[in-house]
Amino acid sequence: MDFVKKTDYDYDIKLFKNWNAVFWYGLLAAALLIGPLFAAPYVLTLGVFVGIYVIAGAGLMLLSGYTGQISLGHAAFMAVGAYTSGVLQGMGVPFPVAFLAAGALAAIVGIIVGLPALRLHGIYLAIATLAFAFIIEEIISRWEDVTKGASGMMVKTMAFGSWPARTPMDKYYIVLAVAVLAMLGIKNLLRSPSGLAMMAVRDSGTAAQAMGVNLARTKLTAFAISAALTGFAGAFYADAIKFISPEQFTISVSIELIVLVFIGGIGSLHGIVFGSIFVVALPQLISQIKDFLPQYVAEQPGLQAAVYGFLLLFFIMVEPQGLYGIWMKIKHYFSQFPFYRKGELKRNKSFAKAERW
Amino acid sequence: MNLFLQGVISGISIGCIYALVALGFVLIYKATEIVNFAQGELMMVGAFFAFTFINLWHWPFWLGVPAAFVGTALFGALLNHFILRRMIGYSAFAIVLATVGIATLLRALVSMVPGWGTDTHTIDNPVAGKVLRLAGIAISYEHIAVIVVTTALVGALYLFFTFTRWGVAMQATSQSQLAAGYVGIPVRSMFSMIWGISAGVACIAGVLLAPIAFVHVNVGYIGLKAFPAAVLGGFGSIPGAIVGGLIIGVVEELSGLYLPHGIKSVAAYIVLLVVLLVRPQGLFGVSLKTRV
Repeated sequence: MDFVKKTDYDYDIKLFKNWNAVFWYGLLAAALLIGPLFAAPYVLTLGVFVGIYVIAGAGLMLLSGYTGQISLGHAAFMAVGAYTSGVLQGMGVPFPVAFLAAGALAAIVGIIVGLPALRLHGIYLAIATLAFAFIIEEIISRWEDVTKGASGMMVKTMAFGSWPARTPMDKYYIVLAVAVLAMLGIKNLLRSPSGLAMMAVRDSGTAAQAMGVNLARTKLTAFAISAALTGFAGAFYADAIKFISPEQFTISVSIELIVLVFIGGIGSLHGIVFGSIFVVALPQLISQIKDFLPQYVAEQPGLQAAVYGFLLLFFIMVEPQGLYGIWMKIKHYFSQFPFYRKGELKRNKSFAKAERW
Repeated sequence: MNLFLQGVISGISIGCIYALVALGFVLIYKATEIVNFAQGELMMVGAFFAFTFINLWHWPFWLGVPAAFVGTALFGALLNHFILRRMIGYSAFAIVLATVGIATLLRALVSMVPGWGTDTHTIDNPVAGKVLRLAGIAISYEHIAVIVVTTALVGALYLFFTFTRWGVAMQATSQSQLAAGYVGIPVRSMFSMIWGISAGVACIAGVLLAPIAFVHVNVGYIGLKAFPAAVLGGFGSIPGAIVGGLIIGVVEELSGLYLPHGIKSVAAYIVLLVVLLVRPQGLFGVSLKTRV
């Protein structure tokens, strides 16, 4: 581990730990910008989806990973974003306006969903968000005048003025820009008083309140920002798949987003990216290895869900820090090389206090 | 008026199913503080066991159902033994996710079993197709069976928890695991037994649901409607779960009769949100204070 010698209070809130980090992030940025020029359109499309999941994942990570509020209904915000953008573009509104409206409406819905969160915590909140998601899904499939109901609707290609972003490469750069902005935004938020308040709420709501944190405002802000980001992701998602219907935003999407956040590594920004790559790459990997599986297994429609469920259980029980935890362990091993001792990173089981005793 | 009565009766019978699933949640939650999002999937697995015994292996109904009960109970106990018992002490978030993961995995695995698959099945039962006509309303025997069996099962559970040694030990465990351990109750086996009972109850719910909603991989989603029932009754209360289930069932049926199309499928969730906003501790619950 590289220890940072702190000589200034600013070290605690600096964006980059040291010049080393700046170098590596710079290299990553260059690769993300130049790489696509040599990539196949298929890979670029995957890149677009990774970007979309990064935006949505950033939203859910802020809410679940940093504010400690469980949401089993994030697909609903994605649906609100996708439909807002799709419907507005259908009415002739330019994409940038429709995009912003998608985020804004999702944020408003997020605040409405967040209101019960002020009185609920843990499991009750999970159930409430689940209920909201079902209600929003039902509204979308019944409000046929606007959303075309269960038969779904086509979405226009996004256009900026007279320049439509048709090719995967155009879409890639646009989504990349927004994804980077989202990540930087979250990073910035987390070093501001509001972000610190969110983490205080996560660690102990009562203690945070005693320290003067406004619980209601903090939770609602987290819900609004989280929903807005997920709404933006929804707008891009609608554009990327061109056809939206209520079945695309069911509870399985919410679970997918949770899998993203958890397998990526709960409470880490790197985890968002790891999780997004995982969620996008897994179906591709499965379809790649299908040829090697016995035919009966390979033909099963439930194969992907089975792998999802299994990996979720595996990570929770074996590596609760997710892919980010694995990454940190590998880094630690090499930074300590040859002095790594077995069991050095063994997880201490912390026994959370029971609710009753 | 007849329409109304008809609605109430079919509401009560679907409500009984919700009540049984909610009962399963509450039993597990009270004893182990785990909220089991896979309860609906346990119901699905139970229904598939019964389907296998009765329809595929042609066992008589009265042998097949108890066998399915035992099989599902064993399955629930094993689930606890191999996965959830190891998760004690994890954060609530991790445990919720684990049960969501189990639910996803179970749905996927069940769809892969030969003979089960993603098709819709029925379970042959002795009262299929018979209808009771009484004072102008028609009630199918299947609905009556649901109500009768639920009442009997709840009664049996009540007697078990009040008058048997094991039942009282389980009550003690759910009041305080620590104290129960001190007085010599084997807390771990209690957990497994509670999971077993809960899964068995879910299996009966699945068998009872079969004539109404068939046996299908996604039948477990009905389990999600048992959450409103459990919350309405107060999450830790067994009578609450039953009353909550009945209320949700009746509200759902009646809103299907009198309110615009589409409300029926979300009525349970609307009730849930109203309850959470107005009285989060539910009808029979007590609000718990958490120590920091």
